[in-house]
Amino acid sequence: MNAILIHDGRIVDPNQNVDRVGRLLVIDDRIAAIDPSDGDIPTDCQHINASGHIVAPGLIDLGAELREPGHEEDETIQSGSHAALAGGFTSVLCCSSTNPVIDSPGAVEFVRQKAAVSRGARVHVIGCLSKGRRGEQMAELGLLAQAGAVAFSDTPRAQRNDALMKRALEYCRMFDLPVFDRPEVPGLAEGGVMHDGQVSLVLGLRGLPTESEDLAVARDVRLAEATSGRLHVGPLSTMGAVDLLRRVKKRGVKVTASVCPHNLCSSDVQLRSYHAKYKVRPPLRSPRHVEVLCQAVADGTIDAIQSGHMPRSREKKMNDLDQAPFGLSSLETALATVITHLILPGIIDWPTAIDRLSAAPARIAGVPGGDLAVGSKADVIVIDPNHNWVVDPTQFISKCVSSPMDDQKLTGVVSHAMVSGEMRYHRNADVQHLA
Amino acid sequence: MSEPPTFETSPESLVFPASWQRRHLLDLESLSASEIRTLLDVAQQMKELTGGCRRKVQLLAGKTCANLFFENSTRTRNSFSLAAKRLGADTVEFGSSGSSVAKGETFVDTAKTIQAMGVDWVVTRHSTPGTPHLLSRELECCIINAGDGPHEHPTQGLLDLLTIRQHRGQFDGLTVALVGDINHSRTARSNIWGLSKLGAHVIVCGPPTLVSDRWEELGFEVAHNLDDILPRCDVLNLLRVQFERQNTQPFPSVHEYANLYAMDVDRMRRAKDDILIMAPGPINRGVEITPEVADGKHSVILEQVNNGLAVRMAALWLLAGADERERGITS
Repeated sequence: MNAILIHDGRIVDPNQNVDRVGRLLVIDDRIAAIDPSDGDIPTDCQHINASGHIVAPGLIDLGAELREPGHEEDETIQSGSHAALAGGFTSVLCCSSTNPVIDSPGAVEFVRQKAAVSRGARVHVIGCLSKGRRGEQMAELGLLAQAGAVAFSDTPRAQRNDALMKRALEYCRMFDLPVFDRPEVPGLAEGGVMHDGQVSLVLGLRGLPTESEDLAVARDVRLAEATSGRLHVGPLSTMGAVDLLRRVKKRGVKVTASVCPHNLCSSDVQLRSYHAKYKVRPPLRSPRHVEVLCQAVADGTIDAIQSGHMPRSREKKMNDLDQAPFGLSSLETALATVITHLILPGIIDWPTAIDRLSAAPARIAGVPGGDLAVGSKADVIVIDPNHNWVVDPTQFISKCVSSPMDDQKLTGVVSHAMVSGEMRYHRNADVQHLA
Repeated sequence: MSEPPTFETSPESLVFPASWQRRHLLDLESLSASEIRTLLDVAQQMKELTGGCRRKVQLLAGKTCANLFFENSTRTRNSFSLAAKRLGADTVEFGSSGSSVAKGETFVDTAKTIQAMGVDWVVTRHSTPGTPHLLSRELECCIINAGDGPHEHPTQGLLDLLTIRQHRGQFDGLTVALVGDINHSRTARSNIWGLSKLGAHVIVCGPPTLVSDRWEELGFEVAHNLDDILPRCDVLNLLRVQFERQNTQPFPSVHEYANLYAMDVDRMRRAKDDILIMAPGPINRGVEITPEVADGKHSVILEQVNNGLAVRMAALWLLAGADERERGITS
């Protein structure tokens, strides 16, 4: 029997409305108890002193690119799933943007097997929505679902085919699985490298206009309403999208949304450096949008925060803004960015943060985790919320060293990450993370 | 051609301005008004020293200027080469086609290779904004932006300023309209910053698809009707329509554009008597400007070309001087 008692930490589990200092007992792969009586604690139990730390359900990322197979120069399942753990994500939904793409049961199986032997974060698969991610025909969604896909999307590629989007939302109802879309009307965004605004005008850089995202969100939510399909849109970046969501959610449309941490704190002004590390998608918008997005996270209009991890190799990013691809490494900075820019300034509290990063993603994707209920799989993290550090991407576990948070001061680190009761990441131990 | 005028100035009379610090000329937006004035003053001196940019003065002998052009250019490239040669420097030419860039090398690597050959300045033109800024971070030598996509073309802005100053003496109280494809024009941006810093009133004029309202948010007057603003203008700078930088058609036809915005004899009658007509070239005769106006008495287009040599000489000399000072070399 494997027993771990995490004691004296502040246990935050928004699903059970728990936010208090206490003891969390894990036996084997399950949560055994919160605040067990002394008699219930096994004698050979391992003790972890979490005094001054936060104990929370492991974070769940609604969409990270892991790039394997086919783009191992950017990231592998091994490196990506361990980067995730170091960032507090005990589960990651991986995007279908591999080569070959994940549009067959065999491809789903490949990712699941690779993830199993990597022993990092759990990896759930987002299957392709369209065959070959070409946006023409539906992929074999039923077979992908049988193989274990938990959602369908061609993300991060935008879905430009309206009819396909509608059919997929309709068809997926029989599996009760969600369709994810990164909303963008490509025709309005062609050639754009940054937010279309005053800064892009001054710099002479092609813009990605906000209406490109707004229109796509409008299309998506109307189609979700018409089909009663399960829709998730994100990551979002515009106040127009937030405004639309707020209105349709009031009407009871089944739609959820997410945003990336960097879009909650950084603005298009960063592009003045002309550095490709700020070339991310969705783009860093103007401060007005950033402010509205933060409010939307606080009031729940935006349900979840996702990393937006889009790893690209150093060679690809070391280029001018037209040539360099969109992309960033964000698994290892997401939580600290939320702590630094949302929790510390008082925009959201800890339970809300854990909801947006863990409980809500579990609900949206229908994957295990997201709470510390007795009997749940023990995916648990311990966070040191006061540790100050400066982001140095060269120290990332991820193979991608391009980050818009580069050189910024952040607060908060993950000290432990446990998957199914197994301590797979321990910040101060040298051994665990790339065993 | 008339006889070259005679000048009193000698190379010895040229004193390096103590306040000049910059080793790169990347844009005019980041320059102060006094830095821009220094560049114009030195350009004027260079013009006089070289007998109207025609004589050689050995101010930069032994130095090498590399032209690294990733976009086609005839006039700017030759103007930089001539400017370097007038000051006694050697020049070396690199282009994108046929070079290693065509073989897949990144432009930073190409630039580093050229630097390793021992050059003092890299003059660069590229279709992507910010590439000179990127080079200035990666390379040791002086970088001059000869046009980075639609962003800036600082020496073009400076030569336009110099031309205006030669005719008007100062910028306070002057109204200068930039007409045409403002959103996609590097010349427009360099003019906008340079003119406004020196005190001129700037109007940007063209159809809304080429002149964003955001220019107004940035503090410049936006006009869509040339005839409305024409009587107020002291200077008109007629920019070329950047057909190659358009994603979508910004106006129905060239015919319609010319009708609305081309400077022709009829519009000249309604302009101020002493209006200056400028164009950065290459001009599309019949689109932005009719031949009668381009070759007319108000046109200073060819003076602009000559002043281009002067400002480029000034830029080369000032950057090299700051570079030597930074590296502790005293000449």
